[in-house]
This record gives sequence, structure tokens and C-alpha cells, in this order.
Amino acid sequence: MTALTGIRVLELTNERIAFAGKLLADMGADVILIEPPGGDPSRGYPPFLDDQPGTDRSLYWWHYHTSKRGIVLDLDDAADRDLFKRLAATADVLLESEPTRRLAALGIDYADLAALRPELIHVAVTPFGRQDPKSDLPATDLTVLAGGGPVWSCGYGDHALPPVRGLGNQGYNIGCHFAVMATLTAVLHRFASGSGQFIDVSMHAGANVTTESGSYAWLVKQSIVQRQTGRHASSVPSGETQVLCADGRYANTGVPPRTPREFASLHAWLRQLGLEAQLPEAVFLEMGATWEGPFDLSRLGQDDTITAVFSAGREALKLIASQVSADAFFLGCQRAGLPAGAINAPEEAFENEHFKARGFHVEVVHEDLGRTFRYPGAPYVLPASPWRISRRAPKLGEHSDEVFAPLRQGR
Amino acid sequence: MQGALANYRICDFTGQLAGAGATKWLASFGAEVIRIEDPLRQGRWDILRGTEPFIDERRGIDLGGGFNNHNTEKYGITLNLRTERAREILTEIVRQSDAVTENFAAGVLESWGFGYDALKRIKPDIVYVSNCGFGHVGPYSRFKTWGPIVQAVSGLTFTSALPGQPPAGWGYSYMDHTGGYYMAMAIMLALIHRQRTGEGQWVDLACTESALTLHGPALLDWTVNGRPTRQEVQPSSNRSQWPPMAPHGIYPCAGDDQWLAIACRNDDDWRALGTLVGETWCDADAWAQTSGRMADQDRLDQCLSQWTARQDKFAAAEALLAAGVPAAAVQRPDERIDHDPSTANFGLWPTVRHTQMGDVRVDGQPVHLSDTDWQLSRGAPCLGEHTEEVLERLLGLSADAVAQLREEGVV
Repeated sequence: MTALTGIRVLELTNERIAFAGKLLADMGADVILIEPPGGDPSRGYPPFLDDQPGTDRSLYWWHYHTSKRGIVLDLDDAADRDLFKRLAATADVLLESEPTRRLAALGIDYADLAALRPELIHVAVTPFGRQDPKSDLPATDLTVLAGGGPVWSCGYGDHALPPVRGLGNQGYNIGCHFAVMATLTAVLHRFASGSGQFIDVSMHAGANVTTESGSYAWLVKQSIVQRQTGRHASSVPSGETQVLCADGRYANTGVPPRTPREFASLHAWLRQLGLEAQLPEAVFLEMGATWEGPFDLSRLGQDDTITAVFSAGREALKLIASQVSADAFFLGCQRAGLPAGAINAPEEAFENEHFKARGFHVEVVHEDLGRTFRYPGAPYVLPASPWRISRRAPKLGEHSDEVFAPLRQGR
Repeated sequence: MQGALANYRICDFTGQLAGAGATKWLASFGAEVIRIEDPLRQGRWDILRGTEPFIDERRGIDLGGGFNNHNTEKYGITLNLRTERAREILTEIVRQSDAVTENFAAGVLESWGFGYDALKRIKPDIVYVSNCGFGHVGPYSRFKTWGPIVQAVSGLTFTSALPGQPPAGWGYSYMDHTGGYYMAMAIMLALIHRQRTGEGQWVDLACTESALTLHGPALLDWTVNGRPTRQEVQPSSNRSQWPPMAPHGIYPCAGDDQWLAIACRNDDDWRALGTLVGETWCDADAWAQTSGRMADQDRLDQCLSQWTARQDKFAAAEALLAAGVPAAAVQRPDERIDHDPSTANFGLWPTVRHTQMGDVRVDGQPVHLSDTDWQLSRGAPCLGEHTEEVLERLLGLSADAVAQLREEGVV
């Protein structure tokens, strides 16, 4: 058994909430994905297995629907709606992202379902919240991140270039993270109260509170952060942290050395690489290594010695980065106690020895294809209640019969 | 009102956003979160405690605006764990807690004698959740990270970029927020598991691993089709990854640094946009279908940019939405916080009362629970603000006894 074993979730399919269903399903919940006749449009999204479009070949679909069972119901049809109600009477959670008034019009909104099943936790994820008419206007991942704040902070120091939206459906992901957090909160509450409740999740609000100082610099002192290349947007310009390494990949230099130990190990590394002669400022690294008392960074720019020592650390990192590969830079810095990182492409991160050793690669059997594929693994490791992909994504209506049989018997 | 999580007590060592954000969620739903801080180092392990932004000219360890934002509704006590008495007190707090949470570098809590084995001896069903960059297990477990480094090594920085430019990355610590969300989920999942089985556990959360799960389909495209995301020329991440949509991007508008996001999902959206824009290129046969537009995105974006550059971003977004096309103005912090009815009506920016700062607005939660909603009214604790109150309540110590402990340097 794992944390959510036996907790039944009904998910009215929608690309905005697919990831929330996956997070619950991979923790053991019995997630029943409900699709309309004809299926969810995202079954047709690329990329496809072997780049060949076709039914059940979308890797997009494969990823977001692991561990779920799939059924087909036409909620506009009275008989199917009746089946849905019977199913809802057995459910713990309803997860949906429908137009704000649709379920009420069909007589299957929270008030209707709670009468059948008081324990039900109904989670509605909409672009602006259930009460906001804007939620019924079209929205995509891009528009959520643009309107909600993240995009304003991401991009380049050159403001003639547009701000940037990062990939990976992060706007949807944010909404899904909050949907799951709220669901788990309501499940914990239900242990004590015995009753469910209605949860209203706003994707726009989620993006708004996922901007770090983008929001709180304004809330606290009405200051607006400005984009900077590859680092935090800020009200006050900060030094560059991104460097091009010898292998053409980039690295993030992190926070330059601030303690004698860090200056000493950086200096030692520089010498080991035979690069000391190329850095006239190396003498300041030695000063940093033997610094006594606090190295007061608030005096940066005022105290010439502190400024020179601090800059020497930054220059040494830049010089080393230009001479070695991004991976060598990352490992060398970390072994010197400096938190730096190679800027990996996702697949480079995935193939990294660390994640392999932690068991991040998991095998999922596609018995229909007679093949097994590697999937990304767990976001957290709960040894007593393990995360697990219990099955590949469902085909359209694959589990309709087994899900409906007990409901029909009950008539 | 009784909070959803009022039955839970958290012994909390978290700091920064990645950890503190997780326990903020719990506290906002009524959990009793007790921050344990070091009196000698004045809780400086959490660097946000005394750093920008500040509400006025005052500076100090209790006045950091980010710290207040992330630690609302928590209690704060000081314990000098170098002393035997403080360790006894911590032992008693652990005995009365449901979970212990921290986001130190791997091994720190253990070096204080409070690793999982010790915690379990104190309270056999304790939930212990650690959150650090690379986790406590694996070749890189001793490496150090902060948000931008997590984003760099996990692929999130790389996948946010414009063509011909270095990575733009995320202009803030997206993974401090998101690592906190996963930590909150992990704590609640483990509490649910304990409720159902009586069993505690240690959750080893590696922030980089959580981040790696956020690339979903791109990783399957790699493992299944062998296609890397690193290309000869990086495509713009403002374009749609999947499914094919064009035009899809962030376009300039009238004024300084004003931008508009537009996503044409299909040919209907394209025709609606064409009707609104009314220029000759909108009728080009070659662009009538998605495939034609996908093949010619540079020229398409050029044409559309010339139109958007003459528009007000809010008016254009409204007109496009009215025509059924997903669009959103890229909102600045002041616009989305002080002039956006969608965030205001959601109650997203509650005011909390901080003992020294007074009334300050903070990030609220982007959800509403119909029976047991969140509540944020008390600001972050000043250093040791609740030492007397907590030790009296949990350990039955008198005010005199606590004064004695203070004199002895225990608290």
C-alpha cells in the first residue's frame, strides 16, 4: 500500500489538470480519467512514438496519464450522466477544469454531488477561479505565465528583446501543484471531520504567487524588478552569473567565494589548472584566503580591498570556466565547496550519474507494443509509501467495462 | 475557524523559500509550525531574515521583507543546540510534533544528533522531510545549491531562451517556490500515510529531481525517440513546444517594455485574429493552415509584431480574447498586484501584522477551500518571539524558568 491507495479520483480530462491527476495516480490513488466520446484532443499532440502520428502513439499523452484508468462518458447524455453520478458516489475526489457554469447546468456540480457523497472533495482548476467570468475565456500555458507575472521577470538585460516563457507547461504545472496541495490538505482535514469540500484553484493566482521578489519587492516597497540575462530580475542591477565554457555549453557561477576556505580552494584549483599566471588578480585570492574577521559584503563598492578580493573570485571563476567544460567547471566548483552548476539540457540532466544512482530512471512496460520505455521517476522519495508508475497511460475507454460493471450491477 | 491542518504540529528548521514556503502552506491552513532558530547566529542561516526588501529605512534581523512573506503564521523560538539543555528541550518538542522539516545541506541535522534514527527513537512515527538540492543519497549529495543552480543543472534554465542568445533561464528562483510545493506535498503525503498505517518515514526530497520531472514529454522524446532538446540552433521557447500553434509568442506593444502574449491554437483562432487585424498578410493562402504557418514562423511573427507594436497591450488582449483568441498582456508587478481585479477579487494579497514592521501585504494562497480556507493574519516571527509562549505551552515551563534559560544562553 502507498500513501493514496484506495483514494478514488475522478478526473474530467483537460490538458490543464492532467499533471495533477498524474501526481495523485503515481502516489497510488485510483485515478479514473473520464474522456468524452472521441477522446481528449491531447491524444493527438506530438511528439509521437518513432515520430509516427497515430492512436496511442503520443508521448505527450503517455507522460501525463501514467497510472490512470480510462473511461468514456458523454456528460451531455442523460444516461451517461447517471452513470457519472453513480461513479461520483464512490469517489473521494473530483478533479476538473470545466467552463465555470457547465457542471451546474448539467446538475452535477458540487452541491449536487455532495448530496450523494458528502465526503467528496471537488477540485475545480480554472484560469482565474470559479467566480471570475474571465475563466471562461480561452487561456493557454503561455497566456497564464504572461498575465500572471513569471514572464515579466524572465529574459535578457537587453529589453528590446521580448521577455521569455520557459518550456515544459510550467503555467499548467503551477496550477496542478496547488491543486494537489489543496487536495491533500482536504484529505487530511477529512480524517477529522469526515466531510469533503469544494476547492477553487486559480491558475492566474498560482502564477502570481510563484514569482519570488517579482511580487514581494512590490508588496513591501513598491519596487519593480527588471529582467537580467540568466539571473534574478532585480530592482538593483547585479553581476553576471552565466559563463560560456570551453565546450560551448554554459554554466552558472553561482555565488562567488566569500569565506577564506572558499578563496583558498579556488586559488588552489586555479594553480592546479596552471592558470594562475593568466589572472593578474590572483594575489587578491591569497588575501581572501587569509582574511581575518568578517568579509562584509555590504561594503562592496565602498571598501576597495573587499571589492578587489570579491571581484578576483568572480574573475577566477570566469577564467576557469572559459578553459574547461561545463561539467568540469560544475564538478570542480562543487568540490571546492562553491555552489555552481552546468546549464544542462533536460536530457543531459536525465543521463547524469547522480540521478541514475538515485533510481530516477524507471521502466514502464507497454505490453501492447511489446516494449519497455524509460520514464522520468519520482519527484520525492517516500520509502514507506513509494511513488510508482503502476501502468502506462490508458487507451480510449480501455477500462470502461471494468469500471462500469459494478455500477450497473447496483441498479 | 478551525483550520484544515489544526491537528498538526511541525518542528520546523526550514529557511529561505524552498523550505519556508512549504511550511507556510501548512501554517496558512492552521498547522502549528514552530521555527527553531539559533540564538547565537541570530537565525542567519535563513539569509532572508535580515535582507532586502525592507519596508522603510530600518534594517535588522527581524525586518527582511522576503522572510516575512514566507513565514507568516509561524511561531519562532530560539534554541542554542550546542547546550545539553536545549537539546533536551528540542527532544521534547520533537516528541510532541507530527513532522520535522528542514532544508539544510545534507547531513547537517544529523551532525547535531537529530538525524532520522535519533528522531525515530524520540518519536517512532515521526515524519521527517528533508529538502536539499541533490538529496541525501547519491554521488552529489554533498554538493550545494540554491534556486538558480537547481534550475541550471535540471534543464529549466536551458529550456528558457531565444534563438541566438544565451539561456535566459528563469529570472527568479522558480525551483525554490516549486521545491517548496513538492516539500509541502511530501509532508502531507507522509502524514496521510501515517494516519492510515501508523507508520512514519523519512522523505528524501532532492530539489533537482523534482525539477527534472517538470520536462515530461521532452524526456520521453529523448528516451523513446532519442531526440535531444539541445539543437544546432535553439528554437524560441516562446513558441509552442507541443502541440503545433502559430503564431505563438510574445510581441511588442506601444510604449516602453510593453508586451503581449498571443497563442493561435488552430485555424479558427487564426481567422479570428485576421478579422481583427484586417491586414493583407492575414489573407495569405500559404498561412491559412497551421502547417503553413508553422513552416514560416519568422515572417509571420514579423508581420504580427508590426501590428502589435501599434497597439495598447491591454486593449489588444481584450479584443483578441473577445474574438476567442488566447491572449494576455505581460503584466508588470504593479499592474497585476494593484490594478488587476482578478487577483484583488480572489483576495490574493492579504495584509499581515508583523510585530516590528506593522501591516504588510504578502503572497496569499491561490486556492479557496469552502469549509476550511487558509488564513494569513500574523506576520513572520521576530527572532525568538514565541520562545516563552511555546516552552510554556509545550513543556510547562514558567516564565521564570525561561528567563533562567535565557540567562544561561540556552534560548
